[in-house]
Amino acid sequence: MMNDTKPQIVAFCCSNCAPAAAKIAEDMEKALPDNVKIIQVPCTGRIEILHLMKPFENGADGVYVAGCQEDSCKYISGIKKATKRVAHVKKLLEELGLEPQRIEVFHLSAAQGYRYVDIAHEMVNRIRELGPVKMNS
Amino acid sequence: MIVAEPKPVREIVEMVKDFDRILVLGCKGCVTVCNVGGSKEAGILASALRIAKRRSGASVKVGEHTLERQCDPEYIEEVKDMIHDYDAVVSIACGVGPQFLAERYPAARIFPGVNTQFMGGAIEHGIWSERCAGCGTCVIHFFGGLCPIARCSKSLLNGPCGGSAHGKCEISKDVDCVWDMIVRKLMEQDRLDDLLQFKPPKNWTTARDGGPRKLVREELVR
Repeated sequence: MMNDTKPQIVAFCCSNCAPAAAKIAEDMEKALPDNVKIIQVPCTGRIEILHLMKPFENGADGVYVAGCQEDSCKYISGIKKATKRVAHVKKLLEELGLEPQRIEVFHLSAAQGYRYVDIAHEMVNRIRELGPVKMNS
Repeated sequence: MIVAEPKPVREIVEMVKDFDRILVLGCKGCVTVCNVGGSKEAGILASALRIAKRRSGASVKVGEHTLERQCDPEYIEEVKDMIHDYDAVVSIACGVGPQFLAERYPAARIFPGVNTQFMGGAIEHGIWSERCAGCGTCVIHFFGGLCPIARCSKSLLNGPCGGSAHGKCEISKDVDCVWDMIVRKLMEQDRLDDLLQFKPPKNWTTARDGGPRKLVREELVR
């Protein structure tokens, strides 16, 4: 069942591929949804488990990491490390009674302007279907 | 180092379900090195507990603090002004830490946040392996620097047993037979004959079998 509320989403984006993709998207006049908050990082390998947990603690409904392709990561293994940490947070979310689909990793390249915007919409739609994270206090 | 692994968050949430003021207490010793109980992990567990508590409808205060060590009285003294602000303390030190805390702060409710495993080291990033059983009488010099007490499933001193096959222990293909390693090492060092010397049954009274242990070094006692 679709939920009409606007989910709050935090996106950690690699500064080596996402800005160039964002520029292409802008030139194509494709805009990001306004409920996706972008946090640019020098490399997705720097994103710690705590960084991925904090948005949920502070009211986010979904989190995603957008980084390089696995075979062309600028810092070789950054996106692989991020993928493992996201997998770990999925388990933590499950243990806390939340859906693991609330966090995801997406791969980008600097040339994929469309994809940069599409994954934001994909995540918004996914989280809208799951509904907001219910905090009772 | 003492190697530990995190308890499942679900188990910790259940342990502290009746408390709304919780302190997560880390340790900068062994558990920081094995990435289970340092300040980073205290932050992650505190964050998870805040999410869990808020989801259950409780107004919650989850604090986090990391001590230099939890196995020395002078360091656990550091929380004396803080600990009474909390109903429960989750210690993510090895099993020593929560016990020292419980002894020093008898009124506090102390909970273990990790499962302590063994004494060992990191063989790769993220992979640890047992090396010492703390038997109290080290004999590794007889065995090429390899410990058959900790690393042989049967702790044999005159091995290998019949369960050794292709360098692996019969309990699992993932477990190396330390006696295979010992024999190969002594062959390399051209002193295989050393193994012909019979090792009599070990005196286990210095190990855990002799009951809880205590070490007194008079030159250090004040």
